[in-house]
Amino acid sequence: MKANCWLGKKKVSVQEVPDPKILNSHDAIIRVTSTAICGSDLHLYNGFVPSMEPGDVLGHEFMGEVVEVGSSVKKLRVGDRVVVPFPIACGKCHACQQGTTSLCENSNPNAWLAQKMWGHSPCGIFGYSHLLGGFAGGQAEYARVPFADVGPIKVPAHLSDDQVLFLSDILPTGYMGAEMCDIQPGQVIAVWEAGPVGQFAIASAKLLGAERIIAIDRYDYRLKMAAEKAGATDTINYEDTDVHETLLELTGGRGPDACIDAVGLESHSHGPMYALDRAKQALMVEPDRPLALRQAIRECKNGGIVSVSGVYGGFIDTFPMGVIVNRSITIKSGQCHAHRYLAPLLERIERADIDPTFVITHHLPLSEAARGFELFNKKLDGCEKVVLRAA
Amino acid sequence: MQSLAQLRHQGDMPRYSRRDSSARQGLALAAFSLGLGLAELLTPGGIATLIGLPNTRRTRLVFRALGARELLAGVGLLARPRSAGWLWSRVLGDAMDLTLIGDGFNQKRAKFGRLIAATAAVAGVTAIDTFSAARQSHSAALNRIGAPIHVFRTITINREPSEIYEFWRDLSNLPRFMAHLESVEVSGQTSKWRAKGPAGTSITWDAEIVLDRPGDCVAWSSVEGSTSVPNRGVVRFNRAPGGRGTEVEVELKYEPPAGALGATFAKLFGEEPSQQIDGDLRRLKQVLETGEVLHSDASIHRGMHPARPARNTDSVQLKGAAE
Repeated sequence: MKANCWLGKKKVSVQEVPDPKILNSHDAIIRVTSTAICGSDLHLYNGFVPSMEPGDVLGHEFMGEVVEVGSSVKKLRVGDRVVVPFPIACGKCHACQQGTTSLCENSNPNAWLAQKMWGHSPCGIFGYSHLLGGFAGGQAEYARVPFADVGPIKVPAHLSDDQVLFLSDILPTGYMGAEMCDIQPGQVIAVWEAGPVGQFAIASAKLLGAERIIAIDRYDYRLKMAAEKAGATDTINYEDTDVHETLLELTGGRGPDACIDAVGLESHSHGPMYALDRAKQALMVEPDRPLALRQAIRECKNGGIVSVSGVYGGFIDTFPMGVIVNRSITIKSGQCHAHRYLAPLLERIERADIDPTFVITHHLPLSEAARGFELFNKKLDGCEKVVLRAA
Repeated sequence: MQSLAQLRHQGDMPRYSRRDSSARQGLALAAFSLGLGLAELLTPGGIATLIGLPNTRRTRLVFRALGARELLAGVGLLARPRSAGWLWSRVLGDAMDLTLIGDGFNQKRAKFGRLIAATAAVAGVTAIDTFSAARQSHSAALNRIGAPIHVFRTITINREPSEIYEFWRDLSNLPRFMAHLESVEVSGQTSKWRAKGPAGTSITWDAEIVLDRPGDCVAWSSVEGSTSVPNRGVVRFNRAPGGRGTEVEVELKYEPPAGALGATFAKLFGEEPSQQIDGDLRRLKQVLETGEVLHSDASIHRGMHPARPARNTDSVQLKGAAE
């Protein structure tokens, strides 16, 4: 089959690889119809995630048709049309039973590696390094899905691929980012930045009753999408506007009630701090570049919540702990426990509460995955979200 | 057998403390290498004058080269302070330095007093380096051969203690999750264990259950005279607080002999036996909670795509695993 393989820093290529096989009795094989490039794939693309090896198949946002099931699979049948959530979860361990599926205790065969890096291991993730299991990803014609009765959600035929594909990651991730803000009526939420997860965090904050939602980014086309499609009430382009002054202005001097970091380890800014972080990252003394996070913490109101949806992998420097302690800031984070949001969000899509298709700017065939990565990484051609058609 | 439960409290693992002190020494030598290397690179002339050599273009060039070598050794030691290889590289460097200083005595413009002092200093450093390197080589060898392998590891499994006891009590289940075991055949109170050896060979022993408290703990021990690798183990099943199932605690002790068999056995467990037992327990958890050991593409496929076999023993092929 054809699959998009990571070959090295800024190098991906669609190559011929062996078809996936059933390896465990709970597996299913999916014929992928649509798959997307995630912002966190760019962290792999730009070489920030350790334990990638040339040839690894990328992709953790995918959907398709079940073509084969293992002997222990009970709920899924060949022919079912499903969306696959990005965390691999067994459904049986304590973490899964608590609903925290991205902390599944059984789904990372390379747990020892993650343990060395992070103390304990989270779940395995499709196409996301050997640290997270060495599972082949879904930017391919076929994908193997472990624990097929636990993850994949069946989707009705009247909804298009584009409408449901983002259940796999960015829609629940954005939703959980907003949910972690404990939004109360009348509250002001600020969202760094207006990438696909940011857009869905904004849309979700609106669904959850935020009064004012401020989108912060450096691309006008993304801010325009945030205002026109996602539901942001205000936008700030940090390239030409003072974020601090504007946030004070918009919140009567209080600061936002909650701030969402939907950027992660490759954030951008300007000034000496940004230059220092970039230099440190290049020298590999600071793996992650936390500018948006630092700013979100500083700007958050006294006693507010900072919700971190962006992906960080390692360590960050100059962390404003003094702000957190002295101003009673709560930080919440986590890889999305996507499983628990699948059914409720599918229902919202069916009810037309939300139409996730608004983030899609590019449709490409799977064979042009490399071009998709370049467009998305360089933000060329107004790129917000690339969907690859695999079939 | 009663001593097994107390082993870890009696400090049965002296090599860990020894390793720590050797790491400190390695780090100190790394710092020394880095400092000297930087000085030699940045002020080669100054260093030459300090030890009594003429400050010429040639000596400056030589000292820059020596500085680069010191930096390399320093970085190497910093990354692996317990590496006998990097320590021996320092000894080699010392020998080089002594030769160069010795050569200095033949030069007309050299200052003999300073050269003698420098020789004494380098000789002192050489002694420390040689001692550290030799000690590290020796302890590395000791760590791998002949030293008892003793591990204690625990994991929480979302199952009743009695259920896990039942599974474990059937010792023939152990190879399903213990990577170093090939098979365990049970006959009554005794069992025949087979561990993996190199090139398709195996190491066998007979074991007997020495303690059996249903739902609580099982202990076993190799039968004396049945093997050259005496070993014993105990597993306890404690109810986890908060309805989280069972805390399974495992202790294993193997006493491989010195020599080739011991080396083979040490290799089975790798450099970190506790990490391997940790992997074993994770697989036990997978089997008991989900019904089977989970594989990723990386642990199965060979060749370049979709991912090569994982490099760690944690993903070794187990008996009965899907091919």
